[in-house]
Amino acid sequence: MERFRELVRERAASIGLIVGVFVFWEAACLIGGVSDIVLPRPTQIIAALVEYWPAIRPHAAQTLYTTLVGFAIGVAVGILFGVAIGSSKLAYDTAYPLLVGFSSIPKVAVVPIFVLWFGAGTAPAILTAAIISIFPITVNVATGIATVEPELEDVMKTLKASRWDILWNVSLPRSMPYFFASLKVAVTLAFVGSVVAETVASNFGIGNMMMVASSTFNVPLVFAGLFILAGLGVGLYAIFSVFEQRVTGWAHRKDLAVT
Amino acid sequence: MPAAPAAVSDTPPPGAPAQETGTSRQVSNARAFIEFEKVSVRFGRGDKQVQALAETSLRIEKGDFVALVGPSGCGKSTLLKLVGDLMKPSTGHVYVGGRELGATPIRIGMAYQNPTLLPWLTIRDNVMLPLKIVPPFRAEFLAKRRTEFRDKVEALLDQVGLSGFGDKFPWQLSGGMMQRANLCRALIHEPDLLLLDEPFGALDQFTREELWQIMQELWTTKKTTVLLVTHDLREAAFLAGRICVMSARPGRILDDSAVPFARPRTIDMTYEPDFVALNQKLRGLIVAARGGTGIVRTKGH
Repeated sequence: MERFRELVRERAASIGLIVGVFVFWEAACLIGGVSDIVLPRPTQIIAALVEYWPAIRPHAAQTLYTTLVGFAIGVAVGILFGVAIGSSKLAYDTAYPLLVGFSSIPKVAVVPIFVLWFGAGTAPAILTAAIISIFPITVNVATGIATVEPELEDVMKTLKASRWDILWNVSLPRSMPYFFASLKVAVTLAFVGSVVAETVASNFGIGNMMMVASSTFNVPLVFAGLFILAGLGVGLYAIFSVFEQRVTGWAHRKDLAVT
Repeated sequence: MPAAPAAVSDTPPPGAPAQETGTSRQVSNARAFIEFEKVSVRFGRGDKQVQALAETSLRIEKGDFVALVGPSGCGKSTLLKLVGDLMKPSTGHVYVGGRELGATPIRIGMAYQNPTLLPWLTIRDNVMLPLKIVPPFRAEFLAKRRTEFRDKVEALLDQVGLSGFGDKFPWQLSGGMMQRANLCRALIHEPDLLLLDEPFGALDQFTREELWQIMQELWTTKKTTVLLVTHDLREAAFLAGRICVMSARPGRILDDSAVPFARPRTIDMTYEPDFVALNQKLRGLIVAARGGTGIVRTKGH
C-alpha cells in the first residue's frame, strides 16, 4: 500500500504536467482565437481521431508494421556490427570513423535512393527505419563490449576461454544495459525514418495520410496523425523500458543495495 | 606441520596432470614447475622503449607459495602476466609445467585486487563460471551444474566463510566478501597454479588479516602453487614460503629468500621479533632499490 502511494505520488506530477499542457493548449487557442487551420485544439484533434478512426487504422497499422520490421532489421544488423566492432581494438579503431561518417548523413536524404532502388511503397519505409536505428545500437553494443574490465579479460584468458566464451559469458551480458538504452532511442528514431519515407514516397501509412490531409487543409487530421505517432512511440518506448528493467535490473541496483 | 616451504613439495594436487610428460624440448636437468630462462620484457619501440623486466631466471617448484614484492613499476605484475600467458617475453623462455608457454596443459586461476565479479550473476554462478569454461568440467557443466558442481561451489564458499551467500548478488556483499568470492572463483576449477595480483590490497587491515588466514588455510588444504604479487611485506611474510624482492627500472630480482616460519602462522606471530626483523630486512632492500633513504619527506604536496 505504501509502495502504491509512492508510485502514485511519483506519477502524479508527470501526469499533471501532461494534462496541464493540453489544458493550456486548449485555453490558449480558445482565448487567442486561433483558427483550427493553423493550430487545432486538442478536443478537435480527438474529435478528428474518433471521426476518421476507420480510415486512420490501416495507416497506423502500416506505419507500425514498417517501423517494427525496419527496427528489427536495424537491431539485428546493429548487434552484429556492434559485436564485430567491439570485440577487437583494431576493428573499433578502423571502423569507427566510417561509422560516424555514415551516421552523420541525414537519413532522410537516402530515401530517394531507396525509392530509386526499390520503388515507392513499403520497402523504402522499412529500410529507412532500419538504417536510422542501426547506428545507436551499434555504438552502444560496441561500447558495452569494448569496456569489459581488463582484469576480467585476464581472468578469462588464464582460464583459456575462447573468444566466443568471453563474448557469450561476459561481453554480451555486460553490454545489455547499453543495448537496451539504445533500443529505446532507436525505436523512436525508427518511427522518424518510416514516417519520413512514407511522407516522401508512399501512398500508405501515417506519413502519407498526414500529407494528404494537409493538402486538403484537414489540419485536425494531420494532428491526429501526430497523436497516433506519439502514442505508438510512447507505447514501444514503454514496452522496451519494461523489458530493460526485467533483463538488466542488475544495472539499476540502487533500490536493492544493502550497504 | 608442513615442511620448510621453500623445499620442493612433490605432492601434486589431486587431479593435476603428471609433470614432465610433455613432448616439448626437455633439458637434462628436470624443469621446475615454473621456470624463467633468461626472460626479459621490453615495451614500446625506439627511443621510448622501456625495459620492464631485465634478464631474469627463476625457478618455482610445484606446491610453493612465492611472493613477489617490490616498489611499483618493478615488473611484478609483468612477471605474473608472463606466467599466465597474458604476455609474451621479448627474449628468453617461460616454462610452466615443463612446457613452453602456450602449450601448457595446466590449469590456472587468477585473482586481482578488483574482484570483477559479474554483477548479473549470483555469487554461486560467479564462482561456477570457470567450470563452464575449463575442461574437463566444461563438458559436464550442463549435466552437473545443479548437482555436483553446485555442491562443489557450496563447499568452497563454506571454506571461505561465505556459506549462505550463494544466492546473493555481488553488490549485496562487502568488499572483503567479494574478494573471498573472487578467491573461490580462482580456485573452483582446481588450478595447478594460482596467480594473485594484490588481491587484498583494497581491504582494511582487519579484513585483510582475516583473508590472509583464509588464504593460508586454502593453500594448506589445496596445495596449489601460488604466485602472489603484493606491496604488503607483512602479507608476503605471513603467506609465502619464499619471497622474491624486485627492483624497478629495469625490473630484476634482487633477493630471493625462504621464509623460515612454521605453518600454520598466526597474526600474532607477525609481531614477533623474528618476523619483524624479516620485514625490516625486506623493507631495507626495497628502499635501497627505490634509491631513497626511506625517510618520508614531509613537504606538502
